Parts: sequence; structure tokens; C-alpha cells
Amino acid sequence: MRRALFIALFALVFALPAARPAQADASLPAAVEAQNGPEHIADPSLEARAVALQKQFRCLVCQGESLDESNADLAKDLRRLIRARILAGDSDKQITDFLVSRYGDFILMKPPLQEDTYLLWFGPLAVLLIAGGVASWVVVKARTRNRVATD
Amino acid sequence: MTGELGQLALCLALVLSLIQAGAGLVGARPGAAHARSIASGAALGFVVFVVLAFGALMYASVVSDFSLLNIWQNSSTDKPLLYKITGVWGDHEGSMLLWVTVLAVYTLAIVFARRGGERLTSAALGVQGLLALAFLLFILFTSNPFLRIDPAPFQGQGLNPLLQDPGLALHPPMLYIGYVGLSAAFSYAAAALITMHGDADWARAARPFILAAWITLTLGITLGSWWAYYELGWGGFWFWDPVENASLMPWLLATALLHSALATERTGAFKTWTLLLAIGGFSLSLIGTFLVRSGVLSSVHSFASDPKRGMFILMMLVAAIGSALALFAWRAPQLQEGAAFEPASKETTFLLNNVFLVAACATVFIGTIYPLALEAYNGTKISVGPPFFAITFAPLFVALMALVPFGPLLGWRRGNLREAVRALTPALGLAALAGVIVLAVARPVSLAAAGAFVLAFWVIGASALDLWRRGRGKFRALPLSAYASTLAHAGLGITLLGIVGTTVWKGELITVMNPGQTATVGGYTLRLDRVEDVQGPNYIAQRAVIDVLDNGQVISTMNPEKRMFPRMGQTVSDTAIRTTGFEDLYLALGDQRGTGWTVRAYANPLAPFIWFGGLFMALGGFASLWTRLRLKVRAPSANTVPAE
Repeated sequence: MRRALFIALFALVFALPAARPAQADASLPAAVEAQNGPEHIADPSLEARAVALQKQFRCLVCQGESLDESNADLAKDLRRLIRARILAGDSDKQITDFLVSRYGDFILMKPPLQEDTYLLWFGPLAVLLIAGGVASWVVVKARTRNRVATD
Repeated sequence: MTGELGQLALCLALVLSLIQAGAGLVGARPGAAHARSIASGAALGFVVFVVLAFGALMYASVVSDFSLLNIWQNSSTDKPLLYKITGVWGDHEGSMLLWVTVLAVYTLAIVFARRGGERLTSAALGVQGLLALAFLLFILFTSNPFLRIDPAPFQGQGLNPLLQDPGLALHPPMLYIGYVGLSAAFSYAAAALITMHGDADWARAARPFILAAWITLTLGITLGSWWAYYELGWGGFWFWDPVENASLMPWLLATALLHSALATERTGAFKTWTLLLAIGGFSLSLIGTFLVRSGVLSSVHSFASDPKRGMFILMMLVAAIGSALALFAWRAPQLQEGAAFEPASKETTFLLNNVFLVAACATVFIGTIYPLALEAYNGTKISVGPPFFAITFAPLFVALMALVPFGPLLGWRRGNLREAVRALTPALGLAALAGVIVLAVARPVSLAAAGAFVLAFWVIGASALDLWRRGRGKFRALPLSAYASTLAHAGLGITLLGIVGTTVWKGELITVMNPGQTATVGGYTLRLDRVEDVQGPNYIAQRAVIDVLDNGQVISTMNPEKRMFPRMGQTVSDTAIRTTGFEDLYLALGDQRGTGWTVRAYANPLAPFIWFGGLFMALGGFASLWTRLRLKVRAPSANTVPAE
């Protein structure tokens, strides 16, 4: 029984989903018209908002870098766009919604919680619970064995 | 000529690995002594020819033999000698050859260690032989570094300038020594299942290999993170990039394995689980190789993506993991499970350690694979970035670190929890004090940072206490092994301090500076003196001369550069870092803007601690490994084992 649990746990952790080589991405966004935002806002609190926001979005043309840390032109444009929107009075949520409507969920560094990401968000928790359950069971069994052995 | 020699050596190594695999597996049966000596002989021959092939490639690189396609694509005559040597593993073909070379070195160690008895050694050699066979086939059929071009060009195309760096020259070999070290643990685990002989012997035999793998993985990851920090120019040290994750996953499982194998060896607990972890650890090394090499992910690490290579590694992966798991499912139920311990014992803390590390590993795995899997499944593209890992991974590590101090204090089978808590009270006091000081002094005020300081000092304080308790002040008399867990655990706390310091209190300034102009960042005043052109061996650079001022006095002059490599047409930024050991001032030069220059400046408090912590962990591993090897020399057949 325990072995079956171990194997199930193992399968959950290591089973490799059918991965396939990534195809060249043809759907890269068209160049953004920089919406005339500045590269830097003088007001520190607004600038801090801009920096916090640009860490939440990924650079669409690089691998894994956020807008905050990318040298790509598109990232530069988007950094200015974020500042233009902040100066225009948009809230963080409005800016996020705008970028998502334009580029899809792909731009979010933190993936949204929705039907097809439940496994992503709750998978780690499930592994923790299963592993914790197995461990508790092992401890109980080991104690029983130990008590029997010492009696 | 070099190319043909290398090719021939690889082919001979292939044949010998086949013989090693066959004879080794036959030799696993009782009484098959003849097969065992054939396996050892074939293994030695395999090692010789792999090293010869590697040497041939290195020679070709040093003398710039552009008649080899691989050298032409990745080298050039004007590349400094150091990078001609290290450039050998800077590309796909060469790094796969390095992988097999490291495998050969471990094979040699297995032959000479003869740990765990003749049959176990023979079976382990057999499994190593199968792995070598698979990788040699992969090299010869999809990634041959000895392919020719005719006619030979006069000049090569050069190496990616990002890779022309001493830190990165060492990073891949370190990681490979780690990855492949886990292959030895894997082979011993499979050998234990094949021979079903000696329950804890295999764990004892595999432990030095697990330690070596863990040490080098730790150093490799530390080096990689340091490289990203100073080379990429953004002051970041960890990006949760899939390729970084590929090295983190085996590390997490190796850490779990290190603990669980110790328990297996000492008390016979967790026998089946340790076998499974050993299989899992190497499986993740293979998966990491697949992710990096197949082109499924593209980043600075993955070279030409070629679906044939991806398919080959995937098949190898499925074959290796599948057959190991099948063997496990078949044989493991026959093992006697003998764990008998009280809930308050070292075994329980090791079990919890494994729970959190496995869950952390699963988190990284899911976060890395999910975007690929989802896109393959329904075409949805999502990104899984740092915010995801901050929510899912960080709490697991917090829980793990809170538990760390209890491990060394509780005894095997039956520990005294009340006494352990009493012994740890000073550490708790120190931790609370650190938290209060951080809240009172550090600005901006951050509750999360204060909490992290409490945690870090809890672990560091407990490690120091543990050393004190064991040494009773007489540290000279203390065996080296006593430092192992102390150093490794303290390193964890030190790294946490570094991560928190740079994340929470980073001073950041991105601005355009004209010559003569000053700017301030994190308490430093910077003055751009000038930007000058300099000529490097294979690049031209713009070098800024920036004075760091304190009360109008120049305390330091820093020279961040922008280097342009004409042969590759690439520009990289060469950062300037001034460190006090407690804080880094970090400068990177950006583009020219009119008469001025973009300068990125960061003050990173406690940044060096991130890598100091990694070094501490590795030193702890060394202390343990060194004790092991000395013990082996003194008493080759001893079944007793020192305190860890």
C-alpha cells in the first residue's frame, strides 16, 4: 500500500507531460507604438508603481526576462507605455487589463488562476499533502514497530 | 588527423561500454567472477578512450583546427587561450562529450572504490555502461564534435561573448560533475535492486558519490547565479529561468537524498524511499539535460535546436527512467522495511526534510513544465515567473528552515524533544533579537525582511550552538565531520540573509549622466569622469571612468564597460562591482544618449552573502566527504560509520 502511494507520488512528481519541441513563434506582437511616455517619472511614488508593475510583466521577445530587466526595444516601449498610462491616471488593474487584452495571459509573470491553471497552482500543494500524509503514516508505523521491538 | 583519432576513440569507447554493460550485469550474479574482471577491464578501456577523445577535441580547439565543423562554428584564432580550452564545452557537442568524460571519471572511481562488495560493484558498472552507451550513441549519431568541413576555412566564427568569462568557464563542468555524480547513485541503486544483496551496503557505497554530486551542484549553481549577477548587468541573481530550474531540481532531490541515504545507512530506515530518490535525482538530471539540450526551451544555454536531438534524449529518458522504475516496482516490495523509531527522532526530522524538499522540487518541476505542457495541450501560452515561485516555493523553504535546527540535536531512533527545545532557546533569542533590530534600524521597514532575518539567525545560531555543544570549547579536538552539518546549515541561513538584503533594501538608479555630472544611489555619490574607447583581445569597448565619492573624497574608481565583439556582432555589458563583503556597489554602462551615457547603478546590501552561503554549504559537504574518504583509506572493510 505504501509502495503504491510512493509510486503514485513519484508519478505525480516526475511524469513528464508529452513535451514537444517549441515551434518558432509566429504570433509575436506587432511593434508597439510607444505612447510617448517618459522613461522615468520624476514623482518617486509613481515611479515606484511603474517599477513594481514592470516586474509583473514579461518581455515578450526575450526568454524569461521581465520588462524590468530587458534590453529589448519592445520592453523599452512597454516601460514607457506603462508610465504614460500611470501619468494618465490609470490604476494598476486597468494597466494590467489593457496589457493582457493586447498580449494575452502570456505577458503575466504570475499566471492567472483559472480552469486550466488549477493543476499549476494546486499541484504543489497536492504533492505536499500527499507527501505529508505518507510521512505521517511512516512515522506512526515506525513508532508501532519501535514499541513492539522494545517491549 | 585529430578528428579521425577522436572519432576512432569514441567508437572504441562505444564498443567497450557495451562490453562493460553486458559483463557487468552478468557479473552481478553470484560466482560470475570472470565476467566481473571483464567488466572492470572494459570500464578502464572505456575511460581511456573517452579521455583520449576529449583530449583530441581540446587539442583541435587549442590549435584552431577549423577543418572540424564544431571548432569552426565556435572558435576563432583571436580568442584567448583560456577560452579556447573552456570553449570546448561551450557548445552542444563539446558539452555532451564533457558529460561522457565526467561519467568516465566516475566509472573509474566505482572500479577502484569497490564499495559494497563485488556483485554490487559489478552491477553498478553494468548500469553505468548502459548509460555510457546511450550517451555515446547520442554523440555519434546526433552531436558528433568530430565532423569535418572541406575545404577548411581560414577563420572560425567565434564563441558567444557571454560565454567568454571565467565564471562561466567553470560553471558547466561543476554542474556536470554534479549531474553525472547522481548517475553513480542511480547505478548503485539499480545495482542494489538487481543484486538484492546487502540492504544498506548500497547506500554506504553511493554516499561519497551523492556527496560529491551535491557539492558540485551547489558550487555550480552558486557560480551560475554569480555569473548571471555580474554578467547580465541587471543586478539580479536568480531569474527562475527554466534552465536555472533544471539545475535546481536535481539539487533539491540530491539534498533530500543526502539525508535519507544517511538514515538508511545508519539505521536501515527509508530503504525503499532512498532507492526511489536516487532514481529520481538522476532522472531529473536527465530531464534537465533534455530541457536544456533539446531546444524545448531557448535561452543563452541552449544552442542550435534540433528536433532529432530532442527525440533521442527523450527516448533515452523514457528508457532509463522507465526501466529503473519498473525494476523498482518489481524488486522493492521484497525489501524488508525495518524503520523503527520514535516520532521525536532524527529519522522524523529527515522525513520532514524530505517532504519539504520533494514538494519544493515538485513545485519547481510543475512551474517549469506547465507552460510547455499547457501549450502542447490546448495552445494557451502562459508565463510562470518569479511571483509564482514566491507564492509556492518560498513557504516550503520557510517551513524547511524552521525545522533545520532540530535535525542535528535529536538522536537516532529516540531523541529528546524537550531537551532539544531547551538547547535551542539561545538561538531563538538571537533570532528574535535580529528581527527586532531589523525592524528598528533598517529602512524601509519590512515585516517580511524581519521575519526572514529571524529565520536566518535561527538557523545560523542553532548551527553555532551545535558546534559549541559538540566541541565544549575544544574546537581543535573536534573531528572534521562535526563541521559538516553545521557549515551546510549555516550556509543556508547566510544565503537567505543575502537574498533578503538585496531584494528588500536594494538601491537602484537608472539615469543618463553627462561627464562631470554626479548622481547618488544608496548612500554612494557617483561622478562620471569620462567614457573612453579601449581595445580588447577580440573586442572593442567603451569604458566609463566613474569616481565613487565619500564627503567629496574619491574612495574608488570604477570602470563598467560595453564590449562589442565584431566577429559575432554582439555587444555585452561588463559590469563593475565594488564590494565590501557586506554590500556591493554595482555599475553597468548602457547606451549613449546625446552627450551623456545611460548608467545603471545598484547598491545591493548583503549581496555577497548569497554566494558566501553557497560556499559554506559546499564546505560542509567537503567536510563530510573528506571524513568518508579518510575512513575508507584507514579501514577499508569497516562497517562502522562515524557521526555525520
